[in-house]
Amino acid sequence: MDKIITLKNISYQYHTTDDKPALNNISLSIEAGEWVAIIGHNGSGKSTLAKTINGLIAPNQGEVTVGGLILSEQNIWEIRKLVGMVFQNPDNQFVGSTVQDDVAFGLENQGIPREEMIERVIDAIERVKMTEFIEKEPARLSGGQKQRAAIAGVVALRPAIIILDEATSMLDPQGRQEVLSTVKAIKEKANLTVISITHDIDEAANANRIMVIKDGELIQEGTPEEIFMSGEKLIEMGLDLPFPEKLKLSLKERGIDVPANYLTEEGMVDWLWTLFSTK
Amino acid sequence: MMEKLIFGRYIPGDSLIHKLDPRAKLMGSMFFIGIIFLANNWQSYALLFLFTMAVIFLSKIKLSFFINGVKPLIWLILFTVILQVLFTGGGTIYFSWGPITVSQEGILNGVYIFCRFVLIIFMSTLLTLTTMPLSLTDAIEFLLRPLLAVKVPVYEIALMLSIALRFVPTLMDETEKIMNAQRARGVDFGEGNIFQQMKAIVPLLIPLFVSSFNRAEELATAMEARGYQGGEGRSKYRLLRWETRDTVVIIAYALLTIGLIFLRK
Repeated sequence: MDKIITLKNISYQYHTTDDKPALNNISLSIEAGEWVAIIGHNGSGKSTLAKTINGLIAPNQGEVTVGGLILSEQNIWEIRKLVGMVFQNPDNQFVGSTVQDDVAFGLENQGIPREEMIERVIDAIERVKMTEFIEKEPARLSGGQKQRAAIAGVVALRPAIIILDEATSMLDPQGRQEVLSTVKAIKEKANLTVISITHDIDEAANANRIMVIKDGELIQEGTPEEIFMSGEKLIEMGLDLPFPEKLKLSLKERGIDVPANYLTEEGMVDWLWTLFSTK
Repeated sequence: MMEKLIFGRYIPGDSLIHKLDPRAKLMGSMFFIGIIFLANNWQSYALLFLFTMAVIFLSKIKLSFFINGVKPLIWLILFTVILQVLFTGGGTIYFSWGPITVSQEGILNGVYIFCRFVLIIFMSTLLTLTTMPLSLTDAIEFLLRPLLAVKVPVYEIALMLSIALRFVPTLMDETEKIMNAQRARGVDFGEGNIFQQMKAIVPLLIPLFVSSFNRAEELATAMEARGYQGGEGRSKYRLLRWETRDTVVIIAYALLTIGLIFLRK
């Protein structure tokens, strides 16, 4: 199979005064049609890595090749056409005033004629199953629906690669499921390459391959089966425990007595707000 | 609750006025504010009133909405009217004390100014009640287009306006959230004297500012990732369509102007 993305010895530092580089000599390649999950802790450099792929960040060293083009100042907009990106915060990537305006935004940027634009907008919105929300403003949409609109915005541009930069991390479980199944369906149909940056174990399980990033370095890669065999070490790698469990752990570290049994999010809230109550 | 301040304003509908091209409405409203100064006797004001009532009737929106539009400005209006009444001389003088005179002319002027205010507010309320903010932005972009010649970044201004409008509800939500978070920490909003109230706003404004800047940065990144390279060379998804009825609006305004010129002294 063709390699659609190749990174060669990429290094990047946000500020010259930082003692550690955000990316340290990373090399990897991704094949066309593959689904790759990149996992790692906050600050491990995984988002930075994603941003080097479409030139939102220019690496200090190394070479990025996307779709046969070596990324440079001249072809950066060509490459951005190939790479669609969905970001973490559903609100902060919604540019248009309604779903259809938002989906059209990327097409407007490319100067696509209006008739073709309308066709592509409607088609893309259909693919993410948002047709009934086409006229809705973002304030009237759930997080999952906004993310699906963002995916439609990417799909309308017909890229070869979609990068999900923690795109499901701010969603509730239902929204997360919506977004993942949408991406899966679209990937099958259009033979897209998907790179998902995530803490979510379900999202990572969808991948053909998982890469683990730590301190700006690629420390492990393998199929989900191989990676998930590491058991408890998963947490160390940056896959997430459910939020209440994480909160319990950090409360415990501070010497607060927490109930040993598993708490749902609601149970956690109830336990928290009654903690100092004197009946 | 806060949404009502700005966004309860557009009332969806399918009246003739709703369907007009936003450019026609915007130009009409601005033109109206101009020609209102032609009126200088009761006949010409009566004509303007008739015209305004007719378009309000056509919009099928209840008169009470328009009266509510006047309410927040009533003190400013009364203040201006009283100044006119007290300090304009001429005609029969009813009362005089030092520099203050209440005269026939003064009272008449006061009434005219009152009418002028009310008519302008009615007309601009009509514009915002019957036009989606987004359509207004499109109209502004179109009308500013001649300024492209003198290098005014018209497309960018229009995009900024529409993004600002789009984020109003988002920021309202966020304000609500921060208020609740601060309340949970014991901040009282809307209590105590004016200084205490102002102080309570600080822990609201600072987080709001910080998050707005973060949002702006993320939004800029997202826009760039989607290929935004500035206003040049973009095509438009929304299309404004000028129809016969919009030309009729312009003709109606022309007739109104001619009528005013005839009726004024």
